[in-house]
Amino acid sequence: MAVDLDLATPAKALPAASAGMRTEDLRVSVAGQQILKGITLDARRGEILSIIGPAGAGKTTYLRCLNRMLELDPECRISGKVLLNGQSVYDSDVYVPALRKRVGLVFSVPITLPMTICQNLTFGLNLNRATRSQCDQRVEMALRAAYLWEEVKDRLQEPARNLSGGQQQRLCLARTLTLRPEVLMLDEPCSGLDPISTRKIEEALQQLKVDLAIILVTNNVKQAARASDRTAFFLFGELLEAGPTEKLFTNPQKQKTSDYISGRFG
Amino acid sequence: MAHKARLISGFFQGLTGLACLIIIAMVAIIIGNVVVNGASRFSWEFVSQAPEAGMTQGGIFPAIFGTAAMVILMTIVVIPLGVATAVYMHEYAPKRSRMVHLVRLAIQNLAGVPAIVFGLFGLGFFVEFVGRGIDRGLYGGRMVYGQPAIVWAALTMALLTLPTVVVATEEALRAIPQSYREVAYSLGATRWQMIRRVVLPQAVGGILTGGILAVSRGSGEVAPVMFTGAAYFLPDLPSRLHDQFMELGYHVYVMTTQSPDVEATKPVLYTTVLILLMLTFLLNFTAVMIRAQFRKRLRYGR
Repeated sequence: MAVDLDLATPAKALPAASAGMRTEDLRVSVAGQQILKGITLDARRGEILSIIGPAGAGKTTYLRCLNRMLELDPECRISGKVLLNGQSVYDSDVYVPALRKRVGLVFSVPITLPMTICQNLTFGLNLNRATRSQCDQRVEMALRAAYLWEEVKDRLQEPARNLSGGQQQRLCLARTLTLRPEVLMLDEPCSGLDPISTRKIEEALQQLKVDLAIILVTNNVKQAARASDRTAFFLFGELLEAGPTEKLFTNPQKQKTSDYISGRFG
Repeated sequence: MAHKARLISGFFQGLTGLACLIIIAMVAIIIGNVVVNGASRFSWEFVSQAPEAGMTQGGIFPAIFGTAAMVILMTIVVIPLGVATAVYMHEYAPKRSRMVHLVRLAIQNLAGVPAIVFGLFGLGFFVEFVGRGIDRGLYGGRMVYGQPAIVWAALTMALLTLPTVVVATEEALRAIPQSYREVAYSLGATRWQMIRRVVLPQAVGGILTGGILAVSRGSGEVAPVMFTGAAYFLPDLPSRLHDQFMELGYHVYVMTTQSPDVEATKPVLYTTVLILLMLTFLLNFTAVMIRAQFRKRLRYGR
């Protein structure tokens, strides 16, 4: 069965303001414990939204709600709205595998599958029996976008494990990009990486945001400050403050935000 | 004081060492005895010819062929069944589900059932119930499947070795990092695609380990095939699923207990046991080689 990758309204046809991901009063509890307590937040095409906050704030849970990965845990309860280009992703007629291709997720540690570099990159495409030329084209496009093409173009048949940690994380980014997602979510993508790899990923994101809505969860406040257009501050499952990055960092409205970004707690 | 402590320590070292020595000695005696007594009759003719003159002459080729055929049939049944069971329990069933608990209990019990009970079960269920049922339904009551046959023996043996395959496969599935599954899902894989493309290729080594253990168990057991398909002597090799067959272990059993002239069959008996051991080792070795081959192909993961 071929799955239509572009089953909804093409994102490009929409005005930037309504293209992207929106949650309204999103509440999540796992095994009876409240993790998210009513989050209303936008991630629009053309900008990078960073989410900061101390451990346990619900940042990862938030991301996993958006591509419905959270429901792999049978004990989770989700309420509220999650809208992709204005359509609810929790509607009963949404085909979840196709949704996950439109809302890509890059994990906090680079998880390469035990295959070659090329097989890693074509994994998602081959699920829908993409043609060879389509694969080649998408792979090159994705690798260039992830600033990895020059480093691996002659090594595509090597095991992915041979790459360095930073290269592996860019491979994971490229692997997600082969599916041409409309929303790109990154869960602390640079947590274990050196400054050079981190910079490459940040540069890649700046190029990518033109066509995508990007949500960047980060533990690194400085990264949020330098790489994102808007920043949201999560604390204990609540959205404490959100706004343009510059404004949030220079003139935070809440004392807790100010304390966190200046490193006084968290 | 120190002297006494050293003495006690030395005593227990000796004791534990002795236990090890006993095991080595037992294995050496068994194999040595079989090799020394069996080597005299061991020849190409013995391996390739049928028995003659009340088992005292000729060879045991039909028994070798029958054992191998039965084990292959058994493997064809037990691997898919065992793997499917393990995949359901580990990948599909919700955690802590009643069903999985029940299946696991059943498998543990299955592993504890004596082999002879499997033999009787095979006779009662496969031969009498299923086989006769087929005969009534398809052959108008003519006796075709309603008698001991290689297919029933193989199915009975498959039941006996099922727990081995299930447990080994489950171990292998458990060893696959959860993160691989999450990556597959995040790239839009359905559950079956995730299992087919990520989980199963990673589990092949473990599945084959289970297969190896099942094969070596299956080629050595006698009790399950005694009532369900093995025959003492047959002029022809089994060629259809409902034929009876000769089996090495059963052959040994019959020669030991039923022979009219025990002394005359003794050399043949020893050589048969030698061949049974060799066949088991050979099957084991083949399976180990296949697994090594798969591991090499999968080394990207390690």
